[in-house]
Amino acid sequence: MGRSLKKGPFVDPKLQSKVTLMGRSGERRVIKTWRRDCTIPPEFVGHTFAIHNGKNFVPVYITENMVGHKLGEFAPTRTFRGHAGKSERRTAPR
Amino acid sequence: MARIAGVDLPRDKRVEVALTYIYGIGPTTSRKIVSTTGVSPDTRVKDLSEDQVAKLRGVIESEHKVEGALRGETTMNIKRLMDIGCYRGFRHRRGLPVRGQRTRTNARTRKGPKRAAGRRK
Repeated sequence: MGRSLKKGPFVDPKLQSKVTLMGRSGERRVIKTWRRDCTIPPEFVGHTFAIHNGKNFVPVYITENMVGHKLGEFAPTRTFRGHAGKSERRTAPR
Repeated sequence: MARIAGVDLPRDKRVEVALTYIYGIGPTTSRKIVSTTGVSPDTRVKDLSEDQVAKLRGVIESEHKVEGALRGETTMNIKRLMDIGCYRGFRHRRGLPVRGQRTRTNARTRKGPKRAAGRRK
């Protein structure tokens, strides 16, 4: 189910203020975050986020196409390495 | 010969039904098109007059995305998901269900016919 339009997209206020601050000073730094449920607004484009996947921080560079998705969609939480007994082992999911 | 949006020419059917043979037009859109053009939904395709066909064609071409263009849009949308490296993109790439369905059983539409489970070397 979609989110009510009245509320608008959920963007973490803290992350947003961080980005606007960085935008003002023109600084480009990786932002570490646990906020996987934060929607990507257009202002995030061009920034890099280190998104927590439950274990590590996955660096993701935000492009224009990603606007409207959630941060968590870009940091997979599971690694499937194939089933047991198969000679051919799979590495990271791709 | 009613030829609308490229290749489609179903005959002997009621217009309302015949239009749904076009990719991108279902019962609802079909009904809407028929009513806006003022053609009776019960006329058979072979009984349509030239300008009725032209009218239908006009409405479909100007107001609806059908056939190739629609297929192209769908593919582009999927391609976009795969390019940005998001979760839904991964699922498309691996041919698994995209919207969180279970995969322990079922999911055969996405995964295709069953492969033998026995261990192979």
